[in-house]
Amino acid sequence: MAKGRTVVGGRKAVFMNLMKLVLLTAVLILYMIPFFLILINSFKRKITIIKNPLMLVDPKGFSLDNYSSAFREMNYVRAFGNSLIITFVSVAFIVLFASMAAYFFARTKTFAAKFSFSLIVAAMVIPFQTIMIPLISIYGNMFGMLNMKSTLVFMNIGFGMGLAIFIYYGFIRSGVPISLEEAAIIDGCTPYQLFFKIVFPLLKPTTATLIVLDVLWLWNDYLLPSLILGKKKLYTLPLSTYTFYGTYSSDLGKIMAGLVLTILPVIVIYLILQKQIISGVVAGAVKA
Amino acid sequence: MERNAMSNKIKTYMMFAGPAMFFFFAVVIIPFIYGVYLTFTNWDGISEKKHLIGFTNYIAVFQDGGFWNALLLTLSYVAISTILVQVIAFALAYLLTGGLKGQNFFRAGFFTPNLIGGIVLGFIWKFVFSKAFTAFGTMISAPLFESSWLSDPIKAFFALILVTVWQYSGYMMLIYVAGFVGVPKDLIEAASIDGCTNTQRTRHIVIPMMAQSFSICTFLTLTRCFMVYDLNVSLTGGEPYGSTIMAALHVYQKAFKSKQYGLGQAEALVLFAVVAVVAVTQYYLSRKKEVEA
Repeated sequence: MAKGRTVVGGRKAVFMNLMKLVLLTAVLILYMIPFFLILINSFKRKITIIKNPLMLVDPKGFSLDNYSSAFREMNYVRAFGNSLIITFVSVAFIVLFASMAAYFFARTKTFAAKFSFSLIVAAMVIPFQTIMIPLISIYGNMFGMLNMKSTLVFMNIGFGMGLAIFIYYGFIRSGVPISLEEAAIIDGCTPYQLFFKIVFPLLKPTTATLIVLDVLWLWNDYLLPSLILGKKKLYTLPLSTYTFYGTYSSDLGKIMAGLVLTILPVIVIYLILQKQIISGVVAGAVKA
Repeated sequence: MERNAMSNKIKTYMMFAGPAMFFFFAVVIIPFIYGVYLTFTNWDGISEKKHLIGFTNYIAVFQDGGFWNALLLTLSYVAISTILVQVIAFALAYLLTGGLKGQNFFRAGFFTPNLIGGIVLGFIWKFVFSKAFTAFGTMISAPLFESSWLSDPIKAFFALILVTVWQYSGYMMLIYVAGFVGVPKDLIEAASIDGCTNTQRTRHIVIPMMAQSFSICTFLTLTRCFMVYDLNVSLTGGEPYGSTIMAALHVYQKAFKSKQYGLGQAEALVLFAVVAVVAVTQYYLSRKKEVEA
């Protein structure tokens, strides 16, 4: 087996690279086929989809009819707005409360601080499915707080604390010099001033990572919203997609258009912020 | 003086950790404890009264064949998916770290499915399995694809695995890429000078150096697959004939469909215990490997 030693720039290396490229392109095309199929069929009439789902273009030509009816019947604008506001408000509070708490835990040596932090980290292993039944029984049956966006936001904040505090804690311990804070205290900063003016701006890279992770999680979340939001006018995008699919499951053209519409915003954001998203996901996974 | 210091400490705690701890307790800790209490009751979700019934629910868990079937199915699903994801993700990462032209484009492409929620991914693949694959199968007359995978219990199970592997391999690939990049260059050079072949280098230097990436990826895939719900609901919905109901979906149905909250919660806790045992075992086994690297 002496074939392997690569000579940089040699003929063999060029050939190997070409082979890799061909192989990867083939695999990537395979990976993308589902999206491609949804896209081409979203422009076709129902009858052509059933007859031949693999045909590229409908014999009667390109049509946006599916989109206009899916857009209307999914209540796209409202669902999009609900998703946006729930995601935005939840993430803002998660970032705020988690960074404050993590800073406190990282800089305080009292028993209460250590214990609280350990509890939060330990609780990260509890899967959502273990909590959902009592959660609904407390907030639904006891307090009657279902069918409110604010209840969902409230819970999102609670579920977001673990990972957020954990990641911030690690970064503050390793990346925020304590001498800076000491100088600020001597200059007479109050604790909040110290945190918001000096520490929080230094946490920017971690905040970016966290925003990526939490937006992906909350924007796509289905199970918790489906338990909390039972009214159509409160539906987020995944919920309205789900109901839409159930209602029109035989009307394939509309379904395809609805799926494309649901995916579209994420893909657009991905095209713009690809680098940040990928590095955020990697940083989050490696730290956690 | 002493008292002042104490109240000061409490004040700073409340100022900084107070809000976080409030939400955390209200949403995670209190429901978790209350959930343990629920398993000792016969609550049906509606009535005002619930009676303490001791360990009856836990005994019922052991007699609920549906739950054990779901758990067994989940375990096989987790085992097969986790292995396949690691193999494919590692291979992709290997091909995408050699300084190939356009490797960033490929990485971004393979990651794409992870931007989309399980519900939508399931619906997309439902169309692919039930319409596109069947049309393709008839066209090239391949019996494997002629009838929909989703109408056969075994094939529907593998449909779930296929979509899972498709989705997570792109995610884990990113972590393996980070691992590859983290292998010190001088080690690789030294090995080349000593006359290592490519294969030897990968086998004896790169792979051991990447033990940490392996344990992270295995852990992430394992825990995510165990709790699969969205994909299960939208791709198969547990069908055909309830043959693809995974543990999380079973728990959901027990509580919210059959209104057996206590039993459902007891099963959720058993599921949690199983996941915890598997995850901890995996963690320790792979940590051992990391030390020798």
